[in-house]
This record gives sequence, C-alpha cells and structure tokens, in this order.
Amino acid sequence: MESLRARDRLLRATRSFFQDRGIVEVETPLLCREVAVEDHIDPISVRSDVNRENSEERFLVTSPELAMKRLLAAGSGPIFQLAHAFRKDEVGRLHNPEFTLLEWYRPGYSLEELMSEVGDLVREVGSVGAGISSGPFHQLTYQEAFLRWLHIDPLTSTVSELSSLGREKDLSVPAGMEEGSVDDWLNLLLVRCIEPELSKLGGVFLTRYPASQAALARVNPVDPRVAERFELYIDGVELANGYHELADASQQRKRFEEANRHRVDRGGAPIPIGEDFLAALDSGLPDCSGVALGFDRLVMKALGQAELSSVISFPFDRA
Amino acid sequence: MGTYSTSEFKKGLKVLLDGEPYLVADYDFRKPGKGQAVYTLRLKNLLRGTILEKSYRSGDKVESADVTETDLQYLYNDAKNWVFMDDETYEQYEVPKEVLDGNDKWLKEETKVTVVLWDGRPITVNPPNHVVLEVTYCEPGAKGNTATNVMKPATLETGAEIHVPIFINIGDKLRVDTRTGDYVERCNK
Repeated sequence: MESLRARDRLLRATRSFFQDRGIVEVETPLLCREVAVEDHIDPISVRSDVNRENSEERFLVTSPELAMKRLLAAGSGPIFQLAHAFRKDEVGRLHNPEFTLLEWYRPGYSLEELMSEVGDLVREVGSVGAGISSGPFHQLTYQEAFLRWLHIDPLTSTVSELSSLGREKDLSVPAGMEEGSVDDWLNLLLVRCIEPELSKLGGVFLTRYPASQAALARVNPVDPRVAERFELYIDGVELANGYHELADASQQRKRFEEANRHRVDRGGAPIPIGEDFLAALDSGLPDCSGVALGFDRLVMKALGQAELSSVISFPFDRA
Repeated sequence: MGTYSTSEFKKGLKVLLDGEPYLVADYDFRKPGKGQAVYTLRLKNLLRGTILEKSYRSGDKVESADVTETDLQYLYNDAKNWVFMDDETYEQYEVPKEVLDGNDKWLKEETKVTVVLWDGRPITVNPPNHVVLEVTYCEPGAKGNTATNVMKPATLETGAEIHVPIFINIGDKLRVDTRTGDYVERCNK
C-alpha cells in the first residue's frame, strides 16, 4: 500500500510537470489495428468482436506511438500520455507484459533539447523518493561505450570479431548465436558487458545507436551509420527510449518491411503494416522528438526498489 | 519427453541437459527495449549438486526432465541399500547409500521422507526438517544445570552424533534439525 501511495505521488508530479509546460495530456486506444513493426517486440493479438457478425484481429498496443504520431500529424502540438502498453512474453524482474509507459512528443525539439527535458522530468518526479540521485546525467555515444569497455567499434565490427570477443569474455552465449546478426551480438554484449558498467554511473544517456537499430528514429544526417536515438539508463536499468522522429513515410515503410523479414526469418509472425499511421506520416509529421519512459521502472528506481513487481498493484501472475 | 520454450521458463522447472536432470534455481530475463531477449538460467545438477549458467534466446527450447517428488516411508537398510515404501501403492524403492548423501543418519524406521525421483529412480532423499530421536549415549547429565550454551557430544539411536546441552541424559528424546544437525529441544513426552 505504501508503494501505491508513492506511485500516486509520482503520477501527480508527472502530470503537474507537463501541465506546467503547457503540454496536453491525451488518451489513445489500447486495442488497435496497427502497431509498430519491430524486430523484437511482439504484440498480443486479440480477436475483437466488434459486434455479433463481425470479428477482426486487433492488437493490444505495444506503445501509444503510432496513435500519438497521428495526433501530431493532425496538428495536436506537444502531447503526453500515461498509457498502458502490452508486450508478449516479457516477464522478469524488470518486465511485466502489461506496463505503464509515459510517452511524450515535442514538435520543434532537437534530440538534445528532449534529453534535457527527460533529465528534468526524471530528477523532478523521481525526487518524490530518494532512489534517484539529483546529479547531472552522463552522456555517452553507443560507440564510445563499446570502445571504452570492450575496445571494439560497434559500427565497423563483424559477427566473427564480436563472437570471438564474446568467447574471450567467457560469456554464456545462447546456442545459435553464431548465425546471429551483428545487432544480435551487439545486443548480447550490451546486456552482458555494457549495462553492468552503466550501473556504476547513475544516470546515463546512451546516444547514437547504430542505424540498423533506428526503429522509428531518423538517421543522423552527418553520420549515416548512426541513428538519432537515445536510451536513458539509471543505475544500469533502461528507463527511456527517445527518437528524433522519422517523418519519411516511405523510409518508415521500408523499415517495417525489413523488420517483418527479420521476424519471419526467425520463425516469427509478420505484423500488418500500419497504413493509417504511414498515411499520417505522409500527410506531414511536424519535425519533432519524442520519448517513451517506463513509468513503473521510474517508480521502482525512485523508491529504491529492485523489482517491478513491488510497484505494480497486481503483477501479471496475480492479475 | 516434452520441452519448455523460453516463455515457459521459471524457477523450479526440471530440465534435461546433456542427459542429466537440472533444477532451474534462478531465472533472469534481460531485454533491451528494442533488442532481443536473453534468458539466463542458473541450473543445479540434481545428481551432483553442481551449478551451471546457461543463456537462451526467445523461442529456444529445453527438454523437460521427468523429475517428481514423492513421500515415502523408510523401512530398513542392509548397509548398502536403504529401502523405502510408498504408503499408498506399497511400492518399494531401493536407494543406494551414496544417494542419501549423509542423510541416512537421521532415519529410523517409519520416518516419512521426501524422495526426488528422476524417471522413477530416486536421486535425492530429503528427511523431515525436524526429527525426534532418542539419546543412546552421552556423559551423565548435570542435574539442575539447564544452561543451553554449554554443550557435550551425544550419540542418537540412528548413530548420528550431535552436540547437546549439558543437562541431557541417555534415554532423552531430542528434536533435531536435520538441515544443520543442531539440537532443538528435549521432548520426552
């Protein structure tokens, strides 16, 4: 009960943070025809009975991103949402298949400006508890992190270089990784070697992810090897993922198609391409940056807890 | 034999690796928001007690081990094999001394134990956490001295040797913690 009361204080602090900045709170549907197509995010699909005669496949949203971008394209201006999101098979100390995302979009903001605002929010809202240090957050590029702790360049390394590094580090490597992609290996090294280092640094923005992991972010116009994307880590826990949002509908369609190819290659199911979303991009998404922040994790860190289940009223196994 | 896929992973599963049964002692799910999930299992070898760490990716499968627990009653031993019986089916199980791993010293006839079976074969015998056993030998008790911090050695009816308070006598019945081998209390009633 105590953590629920603390959670309530964080919710209020979050809303007042955005109200003070004149950002409009919105609500978008949870049961949608369209979700973003991503390599490693699986939506939960449901048969939705529209009425007695009609039923169709819908998805519980994996994030409110597509719907919020449709609002932005329609001229909403800056918006935020505290939304439940759903992801299949994500159960663990830091994962619950149903969780709360705090997502907001800032038309006209550069990624740097958004990062600064994310830092303000986390420090201000997080100060409700004592678990998050009020000091400034570090900033590190993805490349710098790999060079610093693994002495390898993530933007030029091959699978065989990365896998021999994995062997050298004596990582417990899942079977079948030898056929994995560069991104699979970078991901494993990030989890096993980089995140433990980040956990010693407090708040860290990891920036300029490889362009192959851009998802819905723009590619950097100066260095096309990297994306305009950041992740905020607090004590090694991934808290937020931000983009300078990709506004090019045809490029976004290509990425969705590419992600679907990867999904099928791994034996997974393709996800229908979100035509309404792409049409909205086509009609003109304002230049904007946006971020999705795991609200349960923010509460968890603010309260100095180690497990998500201690800040959720009924974790999945008891929901 | 069935399999478990990564989405079924949890603590307590029994799995088969390289032909040996393992208990999933700990389960860790790590997944960068946009990246691939990595499942790490801490596995305890149920035959040898050794610990192993293994990682998996979404969709990987692990063979399940037919490991079950059953309550059996201890009957007798012939110094090589300890014989237990299922009270309901009267089925008897012979367990080699090595498998008891020292726990034979807590067993007297009719003691109920929990036995772990792998493919129907006993691989672990867990005695009750507490057993009551009679003292067969110790130095005479010091009358009136009820201090429990001064200890002396004692031999119990099963041959187990433990340390007991100074006031304990031959013939006393003692409650003993089988996990630590510690004296708990005297219970002569």
